[in-house]
Amino acid sequence: MTAAEIRNEILDILSDIAPDEDLSGLDDSKSFREQMELDSMDFLDIVMELRKRHRVQIPEEDYGNLASMHLTVTYLEPKMRDIVAA
Amino acid sequence: MSIYPDRTSTLPDDQRIVMTAVGLASPNGPNLESYREALLAGRSGVRNYNIRYVGDTHAGVCEFEGTKYQNRRDARRGTRAGTVGIWSASEAIARSGLDWANVDKSRVGIYIGITEHGNVETENEIYSISQFNYDTTVWSHHHNPRTVANNPAGEIALNLGITGPHYTIGAACAAGNAGIIQGVQMLRLGECDLAIAGGVSESIHTFGIFASFKSQGALASHGDPTKASRPFDKDRSGIVVAEGGCLYILERLSDAKKRSANIIAEIVSYAINTDATDFVLPNPERQAQCVRLALARGGLNPEQIQIVSTHATGTTSGDNQECEALRQVFSGVPGVRFNNTKSFIGHTMGAAGALELAGNLPSFQDGVCHATINVDNLDPTCALDGLVINQPQELGRIDYILNNSFGMLGINSVLVVRRF
Repeated sequence: MTAAEIRNEILDILSDIAPDEDLSGLDDSKSFREQMELDSMDFLDIVMELRKRHRVQIPEEDYGNLASMHLTVTYLEPKMRDIVAA
Repeated sequence: MSIYPDRTSTLPDDQRIVMTAVGLASPNGPNLESYREALLAGRSGVRNYNIRYVGDTHAGVCEFEGTKYQNRRDARRGTRAGTVGIWSASEAIARSGLDWANVDKSRVGIYIGITEHGNVETENEIYSISQFNYDTTVWSHHHNPRTVANNPAGEIALNLGITGPHYTIGAACAAGNAGIIQGVQMLRLGECDLAIAGGVSESIHTFGIFASFKSQGALASHGDPTKASRPFDKDRSGIVVAEGGCLYILERLSDAKKRSANIIAEIVSYAINTDATDFVLPNPERQAQCVRLALARGGLNPEQIQIVSTHATGTTSGDNQECEALRQVFSGVPGVRFNNTKSFIGHTMGAAGALELAGNLPSFQDGVCHATINVDNLDPTCALDGLVINQPQELGRIDYILNNSFGMLGINSVLVVRRF
């Protein structure tokens, strides 16, 4: 998956978790929490969905890498490079 | 001095408990008006339904505008029982005339009857991990908050910012009455100033309940789903499982008077007892005792009851035993009428007692007793004098309704309400 495809996948997961949020103006450099109403259970949903959809395992000590879209994509790129986008 | 010859009327106003609003989700209506209209029109809320592993069956399915009171994020995170509960509680509050923004939320109690809770969510997770070779690392972190037994009450508290006590009462299919009874008791004890009480059920979303009734030979089946739920009929084939919710605003009469609330009924008596004879088969002696206990506590005679809302579910044993119990108490009593609401909506499990009572409450205003539908071939064992069959009956003034609700493991509950 390319960085753009990973970003789209994260957007898709976020739209499932928070279906009432408008994600069109999401600023990739700002933290998700600054822009959306997300709590720790929602972040676990991101981790769970990546595990279910792509078998990507994210250890707990790495959760801080999912704070913003930019950080998330940067962190996931090496892990998802070999995955073919659906 | 009250005109009513019952014991409750002699209590001080702060010990008398009244219903000042009701919010509900029924398979044949999302509010009391549409529900009552369907009951008087003889309209069933049962439809064909398909569920994982069991396949085609029938169910009572509720339709309501859930997003009116709950955002989609919370609905996804929570449970169907929570959503049904939030709808019912919010509708009750909206209809209560309460200045909700200024109600002290620490003095509000939530008491919700449930038949079971957690089966739906557990089945869903097991199904989910079965798609991943039973890898438990994909088991949802939402499973525990979804399945704790207080979940439906807790979701209501979260949604409405209520900080008083909240919990559920597990009482099999007597739970709707039990939730109301708990609310009455807590108000009398001064544990809260306002109670949101009744019952909810999400049972149609668990295949296990259908499969278990089927294995027991007690799951209804019919070519026409609207005719599948047929208590008292010789051709009945069992229970139609339904979802639903029905929550009341309960207050002390003194508080209701203070705010000039519209009072829809007064709870004049109740009783709960236990068969202690079988896991599933009812015991008519104990049921009759429960009815007599409720009457005695209220200082009432059987002759004072105009409508008995029966529990009958459409199983031969259950229907016959309840009729035997009712004969023990009401035989020879003129004027009493018996009806059955499950014939319209199926068995809404934890909501049943509360919801079936709600369907009858408008009779205090319109003087009509709704019927038991789908009785094409009355079982002679169930031929109670006063059974209202297929068409509603005009009774004139109605003062007292007695509501039966029984459940597995031999739990019996009876509630008596009066016009106000």
